[in-house]
Amino acid sequence: MDTLVENRAEIWEGFRLTLWMLLVSGILATVLGTVLASFRVSPVGSLRAIGTSYVNVFRNTPLVIILVLSAAFWPTVGLNSIGVLGYSTFVTFAVLGLSVYTAAFVCEAVRSGINSVATGQAEAARSVGMTFTQSLRLVILPQALRAVIPPLTSIYIALAKNTSVAAIVGVPEAAYVMRRLSNKFTSDVYAIFLGIALGYVIIVLVLSGLLQLAERRLAVAR
Amino acid sequence: MSAVLFDVPGPQAQRRARIGAAVAAVLATVLVGLVLWKLAAEGEFESELWEDLRQPNIARAIGQGLTSTLSAAASAIVLSVVFGAVLAVARLSDHRVFRIPAAVVIEFFRAVPLLLLIMFVFFGFSNLFSDYWSLVLALMLYNGSVLAEVFRAGVNAVPRGQSEAASAIGMRKSQVMSSVLLPQAVTIMLPAIISQCVVVLKDTALGVIIAYGDLVFQANLIAESVNHTIVPLALAALIFIVINYSLSRLATWLERRFAERGRGGAGGTGTADLQLDPVRGGAGD
Repeated sequence: MDTLVENRAEIWEGFRLTLWMLLVSGILATVLGTVLASFRVSPVGSLRAIGTSYVNVFRNTPLVIILVLSAAFWPTVGLNSIGVLGYSTFVTFAVLGLSVYTAAFVCEAVRSGINSVATGQAEAARSVGMTFTQSLRLVILPQALRAVIPPLTSIYIALAKNTSVAAIVGVPEAAYVMRRLSNKFTSDVYAIFLGIALGYVIIVLVLSGLLQLAERRLAVAR
Repeated sequence: MSAVLFDVPGPQAQRRARIGAAVAAVLATVLVGLVLWKLAAEGEFESELWEDLRQPNIARAIGQGLTSTLSAAASAIVLSVVFGAVLAVARLSDHRVFRIPAAVVIEFFRAVPLLLLIMFVFFGFSNLFSDYWSLVLALMLYNGSVLAEVFRAGVNAVPRGQSEAASAIGMRKSQVMSSVLLPQAVTIMLPAIISQCVVVLKDTALGVIIAYGDLVFQANLIAESVNHTIVPLALAALIFIVINYSLSRLATWLERRFAERGRGGAGGTGTADLQLDPVRGGAGD
């Protein structure tokens, strides 16, 4: 217990980094995933192929490999220092890796959301003369969004937990702090684990609470 | 292509789609080509690197890593299915003494990152478990809890008549569960279980945190010894992709087969009405 109290500053820093990575990669993954989903449902064959390959490649690769590759890849292609808001370049690479990985899952969720919209909706949109983009933007996506929130909730929760994998590539977030403290205070491993685990449980609970709220706000009678 | 979004395209639309396809294909090829060119210019594909990778001890290291990964994943899957079934039965129990602890265990282990569990078992019981068992047990705790929820959904999806009929011929509650409900739930949920295998296989890679000698660990060692990261790690990724892609195809195939059998109505297990998780592997954990 004392270990947790004495090292609260370090633990707090760790969780701040966890939350920062969750926020940024959550946004990036949502944007990239939505673009990929639009590829996967587009009438253009090669775009569909690109979307499908992306999903199959990144969904089936362990996140650790993606993070290690991300840390090696970006500097090689010339991105050497892209620290954001005082966080180091390593953090940015990890965030990019997390986003690229999570985008594959977002893509699948958005795609199944689009497919869950009743065919008649799109047919009606087309019959009043809307173009592909209009019917997607004004009719289908707003409805798909509602169907997408429950699967997105579990994707964001998984992302919150997945930020811990960044510890392996040396990002000093909460899991990294846990490893450091466990190595240093070997007699206190149980308290350290329970403390850090509790932090993650709280993040997961708050996240799912917020998204449930959003789900209820957006709900419409159908 | 989504049936929701388009009518059957006419000749003009078809032509436009073909032009778009060509443009997109060219752009994508150029982009990938540029990246590969840049990587080659930085010496990531040097010929001595390939010489190094052809050495027999490197092939052996990759083989060893793959064996370690597969054996950890196999043990973890078997134990997760058993642990998950026990947890599911406990959570479905009529007795609060079983139901509440099971719910707490399931919710806790699902909310805690697997990496934390691995480190906890490893550091917390270091005199009890080796790196192999630390990884396997942590995988069991997490995936067992996920599978428990899968099984619970499966048991709830077995038509009510089944358990009523079983009770009516005088089976005890434990008999109804073990000889009527669980076998059917496991069959219905087989695709979801296979999808979970993909998750387990990917998650064994987290063993690197405790230096378990799995595929990723070996790939990292090779990367250090040849001083290049991208090719060895990409190779490891490729192996994972091949195995996991085949597994998920198997899951999709089984799902379709069950759906067809359910529609046939002869078996009457009602699998057609069952909403299996449409997004394979769920959420990326």
